[in-house]
Amino acid sequence: MSTDVKVPQQLTATHVPAPKGVKLPIYMDNHATTPMDPRVLEEMLPFFMEKFGNAASRNHSFGWAGEEGVETARERIAKLIGATTKEIIFTSGATESDNLAIKGVAEMYREKGNHIITAVTEHKAVLDTCKRLEKYGYRVTYLPVQKDGLVNLDELKRAMDDKTILVTIMAANNEIGVVQPIAEIGKLCRERGVIFHTDATQAIGKIPIDVNKQNIDLMSISGHKMYGPKGVGALYVRRKNPRVQISAIIDGGGHERGMRSGTLNVAGIVGLGKACAIASEEMSREAMKLSGLRDRLRDRIMNRLDETYINGTMEHRLPGNLNISFAYVEGESLLMGINDIAVSSGSACTSATLEPSYVLKALGTGDDLAHSSIRFGIGRFNTEAEVDYVADRVIETVERLRELSPLYEMAKEGINLADVKWAGEAH
Amino acid sequence: MSYSDKVIDHYNNPRNVGSMDKTSADVGTGLVGAPECGDVMKLQIKVNRETNVIEEAKFKTFGCGSAIASSSLATEWVKGKTVDEALAIKNMDIVKELSLPPVKIHCSVLAEDAIRAAIGDWKKKQEAAQPVAATVAQ
Repeated sequence: MSTDVKVPQQLTATHVPAPKGVKLPIYMDNHATTPMDPRVLEEMLPFFMEKFGNAASRNHSFGWAGEEGVETARERIAKLIGATTKEIIFTSGATESDNLAIKGVAEMYREKGNHIITAVTEHKAVLDTCKRLEKYGYRVTYLPVQKDGLVNLDELKRAMDDKTILVTIMAANNEIGVVQPIAEIGKLCRERGVIFHTDATQAIGKIPIDVNKQNIDLMSISGHKMYGPKGVGALYVRRKNPRVQISAIIDGGGHERGMRSGTLNVAGIVGLGKACAIASEEMSREAMKLSGLRDRLRDRIMNRLDETYINGTMEHRLPGNLNISFAYVEGESLLMGINDIAVSSGSACTSATLEPSYVLKALGTGDDLAHSSIRFGIGRFNTEAEVDYVADRVIETVERLRELSPLYEMAKEGINLADVKWAGEAH
Repeated sequence: MSYSDKVIDHYNNPRNVGSMDKTSADVGTGLVGAPECGDVMKLQIKVNRETNVIEEAKFKTFGCGSAIASSSLATEWVKGKTVDEALAIKNMDIVKELSLPPVKIHCSVLAEDAIRAAIGDWKKKQEAAQPVAATVAQ
């Protein structure tokens, strides 16, 4: 009996060729950031060299031009979310907005209470801010999520007590695209007199957001996740029913109604405003297009490969997001095989800290499947041809890596991997 | 994170991928790592029992590009060596050859462990096969 197994030919990496009209490399990582829409850039350009005035210079036309650009942007953002212009403050991005919202409420309402509720799947900008507040003596409850990625409203209700001053839950998750029941969470908070902040970085411009219909008190917005520039964002701060106040975290000049000092990034703000205006016009059509492309990608991959698992519910999800685990194949090696395509992975090997995705862990996904996950973020500029190419390259790479995988071999032999005593287990 | 050309080469053209019959008396099988860690390597050797030379080596790996390259390289290096020579292979040799960055050094450690585990398994089989010496000193 031969001791050698015939080695399949496909072990050497070969590529499905890129079809006509597909330019490489392909960008499909739109949850990490987005390319700027050319219309946004065009809107911004005059504000670099001609209308360059400081928006706070009240006494000359250079300042007025800057101010006009800023106020137009403010209106456009307010319109997208159903707010008034006085409720929009500009920041350097959603991370700053999250910090300002959470720390700002914590300080302003510290006489009222010291308890904050958030969820384990939040972005680090929220989680790390909460961790810092814990060091200052605040109590934070980190709600778990269900297997589908959603927060459980009964658990949220139970977690609230008379010292709760803030609930912060993101509108849509950056890794798995899952959309939380924001309106219901907001309603619950309103009934209990608790301020509700939502990090809407991934949701704005992709799904409809209305601060009144959804009972939102504070909301973080980011420019570079919606085809706008990096380095600019906004924070919505409710003025009526109820009026919400926050302490500033940056002092110096009292800009933005005393809530955020610092000379405004006029060009960036103009860009953010234009991005919001485009979203107001095009969001519903675009959402249909993106979910069509996403479903096409999903079906093409899953019809061909077995043992692939979607992470997070498909029912309440951003239209362009797909997060799949490919059993028996590690994420970074998969990325290496599709190195003409930009996506990301929940594998520990792709993170600087060698920790697997905490979001996938929170869903109850085993570490091995977390290591095998890929996040696809389809965006405005992706095409059907790109989706087909990406699907085919993923399929061929997964098939090749499964031939290299001892786990796939064991599974095919009928071994239950959960029963194996692994050498590297205790660590 | 950019990979060295050698890592990319091993990834695109892995050497000695496959499996041997692990029940064979001449085959040693090492299975190291764990799926939860994101790294599992299976390395097998076929040893000539007269010369103790590793005549054949095969691997399969679940892990990142550096892990695949480390185990692929390990099979290349052990082939043609005696079992004792193969035991002298150190993970830092792999790190140097593949120019692995610090964050990937653990992949080379696992490859070294895999070599040892395969040799250990083969040695156990040789000991088990020893005829029971009837040394009754009267």
